Amino acid sequence: MKTLEVKELRKSFGHTLVLDGINFSLDQGRALAIIGSSGSGKTTLLRCLNFLEQPDEGSIYVEGQKIFDAKDRDKLSEADIREKRLNFGLVFQSFHLFPQYTVMKNVTLARELLQKEAGKVKGVQKLAGNIEEEAKELIAQMGLTGKENAYPHQLSGGQQQRVAIARALALKPKILCFDEPTSALDPELTGEVLRVVRGLVEKKTTMIIVTHEIAFARDVADHVIFMDEGVIVEEGSPGEVISNPQKERTKQFLTRFSNGT
Amino acid sequence: MFSSLDWYKQMSDFNTIVFRLSDSFLLNIQLFGLTLLFSLPLGLLIAFCSMSKIKPLALLSKTFVWVIRGTPLMLQVIIIFFAPGLLNWGPLWGSGASARFTAATVAFIINYACYFSEIYRGGIQGVPKGQTEAAQVLGMTRPQIFFKVTLLQVIKRILPAMSNEVITLVKDTSLARIISIKEIIMMAQEYTAKGLIWPLFSTGIYFLVFVGVLTVLFNALEKKLDYFKV
Repeated sequence: MKTLEVKELRKSFGHTLVLDGINFSLDQGRALAIIGSSGSGKTTLLRCLNFLEQPDEGSIYVEGQKIFDAKDRDKLSEADIREKRLNFGLVFQSFHLFPQYTVMKNVTLARELLQKEAGKVKGVQKLAGNIEEEAKELIAQMGLTGKENAYPHQLSGGQQQRVAIARALALKPKILCFDEPTSALDPELTGEVLRVVRGLVEKKTTMIIVTHEIAFARDVADHVIFMDEGVIVEEGSPGEVISNPQKERTKQFLTRFSNGT
Repeated sequence: MFSSLDWYKQMSDFNTIVFRLSDSFLLNIQLFGLTLLFSLPLGLLIAFCSMSKIKPLALLSKTFVWVIRGTPLMLQVIIIFFAPGLLNWGPLWGSGASARFTAATVAFIINYACYFSEIYRGGIQGVPKGQTEAAQVLGMTRPQIFFKVTLLQVIKRILPAMSNEVITLVKDTSLARIISIKEIIMMAQEYTAKGLIWPLFSTGIYFLVFVGVLTVLFNALEKKLDYFKV
């Protein structure tokens, strides 16, 4: 059974077709990298998975269960959406930590709120384990021990992004999505975030990583998708797509990258 | 009844004047306090209406804000005080001095709620969309997002504008004299009419001191929220 299956996803904003029939699947414990130029629809795809956008057509399956079908999208209540989006975690390009909370609270807040509702609200289940202890472990795993009581503005961009990763992991999503996690960082800070992501790959976290770090994608991903103008142009292992692309558009894209533009 | 000279003798006594001015300033403070108490939450409600996805509601709310902000507060006080009588609604505000005070308070509440609503709206819309999205993705509900994520950031953002508006309100309370509410300036003008000008001038001290206290409070509040950046 596939952890994630996406079928025939289409999404337009006004007259602009942003996703034009996206199909792919992802196995448990695998890391999928999505590459492509800006405006190719990568981010929209992640936003659709996380219910920040609703696709116009297509369906999404998690562990064999249909969690979204565009045909029924008007019937989805806010509570349904909330329950279903918890299958996914999302790490944003520009972190979006909650500025008024400490690192610790940023990590624990959502789970504490869910905990309070567990059993009372339909679809909300209590996660096993101690919230504080697990948060501390996550923070340690991100290499941020000692920063528990710091506020986001006291941290570097790289540290903030690692807190954001811990925050997403705290809810134990089945699939963790990264939306260009290093694009907002100074070059010297990308390394520490990529190291953490690499660590997650080694722990067999199921992940989708939208990235411009082609070398990184080649190193850590099990599978690579190259997107352009809302369609998947080419997909396969990193060796196939990145090292030995078949399609002209993929070649052009990768050439531009290796030229440093 | 006493002659003008008797009046002068009795009333020009310094202590009496200070007492009467202070007493009437309590009316200003009351009007100020009641206005704040009700217009702060009402303003939030109006802000939500103005931002509503239900277009007619948003339009209605925005039009209301335009009318209230577009006409003088003094005129609104007069209209709200006299309208119930003119429209044969009966003595909606009761009678006598308390009726005038109630009417003025209602006018002030509506007027300030509209100004506050625009400050709130700016503050709420100024919180980056990413904050809401991050909270949504973490499974928070709309009320949770508002109260746990957005609200404190909004408060921090709007504090300078709010302190401005609140300070304006202190001084605006003297407009209530247009419907014969004996607030401090009206009280002082009784002396001016009799040829004594210093009581009127001295009312400035009352406003200054009160605004001074508020300024200290607002600075303290801003400092308290200094621990994070938005």
